[in-house]
Amino acid sequence: MEVRVQNIRKEFSRFPALNDVSLDIRSGELIALLGPSGSGKTTLLRLIAGLESPTEGTVYFGNEDASRKTVQERNIGFVFQHYALFRHMTVLDNVSFGLTIRPSGRRPAKAEIRKRALELLDLVQLSGLEKRYPAQLSGGQRQRVALARAMAVEPNVLLLDEPFGALDAQVRKELRRWLREIHDRTGHTTVFVTHDQDEALELADRVVVMSKGKIEQIGTPDEIYDTPNSPFVFGFIGQSNILPVRVENGQLWIKDHSIGVSAQGEADGPAQLYFRPHDIELLEGNGGCIAGIVTVTRRVAGTRHVELDIGGANSRVEIELPPEKVTADHSRVAFRPTRWKLFRD
Amino acid sequence: MAHDATTSHTSNGNTELVRVATSEHRLARYTLIGLALCFVALFLVLPLAAVFTEALRNGPGEFLTVLSDPETFAAIELTLLVAVIAVPLNLVFGIAAAWAIAKFEFKGKAFLTTLIDLPFSVSPVISGLVFVLLFGSHSLLGPWLQSHGIQILFAVPGIVLATVFVTFPFVARELIPLMQEQGTSDEEAALSLGASGWQTFWYVTLPNIKWGLLYGVLLCNARAMGEFGAVSVVSGHIRGLTNTMPLQVEILYNEYNFVAAFAVATLLALLALVTLVLKSLLEMKYSAQIAASRRH
Repeated sequence: MEVRVQNIRKEFSRFPALNDVSLDIRSGELIALLGPSGSGKTTLLRLIAGLESPTEGTVYFGNEDASRKTVQERNIGFVFQHYALFRHMTVLDNVSFGLTIRPSGRRPAKAEIRKRALELLDLVQLSGLEKRYPAQLSGGQRQRVALARAMAVEPNVLLLDEPFGALDAQVRKELRRWLREIHDRTGHTTVFVTHDQDEALELADRVVVMSKGKIEQIGTPDEIYDTPNSPFVFGFIGQSNILPVRVENGQLWIKDHSIGVSAQGEADGPAQLYFRPHDIELLEGNGGCIAGIVTVTRRVAGTRHVELDIGGANSRVEIELPPEKVTADHSRVAFRPTRWKLFRD
Repeated sequence: MAHDATTSHTSNGNTELVRVATSEHRLARYTLIGLALCFVALFLVLPLAAVFTEALRNGPGEFLTVLSDPETFAAIELTLLVAVIAVPLNLVFGIAAAWAIAKFEFKGKAFLTTLIDLPFSVSPVISGLVFVLLFGSHSLLGPWLQSHGIQILFAVPGIVLATVFVTFPFVARELIPLMQEQGTSDEEAALSLGASGWQTFWYVTLPNIKWGLLYGVLLCNARAMGEFGAVSVVSGHIRGLTNTMPLQVEILYNEYNFVAAFAVATLLALLALVTLVLKSLLEMKYSAQIAASRRH
């Protein structure tokens, strides 16, 4: 189901947690709310769920105003970071819970509930564990039970709050891929909160980058990574270098020499140049480049990270080179950014 | 295997090398253990044994006879009646207070938490006096109660009130830390799945706290039956009517009726023993559950 958030503001005892946030979530979409802690991403998720109520603004489920509805009436599926499984119930009872507590008019027959719960356990690849208790499962298994439990009520929207946050790296990676598969198979509209950019970029159809109670940028993972629209997004997503430059006659200058990058259409004046370590080309020679002395090199998996001192304040730059390109410490390296962005204060 | 290695080392005289860093010298250990055992024997085992021997001094026949004395029997009945009323009341109050404090944020929460502890920090005699001041014939409410023929002091209602007051913290104190530790996400999960508030409480919250709750009820009950000070002030000591077991023990003892006094005392001691055994059993169960919840 399509979910729209309109001009939401949320204050916690006068402290604003969300400030005029609007977001359209398309039906069947897998969307990530990404941001540092305190950015308001979890608050936004809980507002959609109805676990919090907004100070101002409206939440629409389809064309219906859901703002006045309770969490029960919204029919959502919520998955918690720490699973929140009912520890005194078996896995099967956990998954069936949402159906068994329905009033008798809307409750399926016992056999039907059991059948559906077992199907869901099969979907999350936990067949055969239905008689276990949560304490007897691993973290990854518990989170899969939690997801099956949330899906059992056929929710309008699935909301996941840092679903892999409590798991170790290996399990996280597996579950990430697995969640994408489940989503593609079931087609639930899904919103998940994460502070892990890899998770957001790898998993989501669209990523919502949040900071300080505001949405900074909404876009596909490619858009977010390749064309960040603010210094915050550029700095928060992936690695980046920031250099103070000057724009003069459509050229970028660092102090008194041009770096060989043309910035047609940019107004003259000081600016901050942002570029990623791998968006560069190496050059020979002296003019029209950024040159520096190698201070540290590190081999990171398939690339070589080279730190350069280019002189002056804020002068550390990190670039990524192919591993076969060996640079000795204190040697001179010259390069030019191939993809970059200017931001002004 | 590790254990075997240790013993072989010890037999070689290498005790110093393999000794656990936190363990003390043998002499110190035995002295401390001995002291602790002496203390337990002197202050716990001996008095308990004395109570039972005194009670059974003239044989089990007399023991049963004194217990079936109508006044003593009335005291036992009254004690049970008071516990049956006070414990369920405090069960409900305790859950309500713990629920409010652990699961919600509101102004004056710290004050309420302190207030719950009040009955623990005041002397029980004062607790009793409070009720005398409230309901006595010279109090504000006294004349009104008298004109309507409502007897609170020196009657069962007063005893129940005093007991409820004194035993109020047991359940709440036990539940607040437990509920705070468990947080609210289980409840939120239930609500998001469509459960009503009552269903959430019944199927999720209550099972999560059941061992802690039982533990609190047990302690509450032990205190409700054994309370002396507050009850003594409000009861009026009317024989066969407003004497609970602890008061009856005192009266019998003051009358040099030792066998009867100790016979009633054995019942209270037995209650304490049963409570202790149940409490240890619960603690075992309960700690396993807490460990399980930590593993989440």
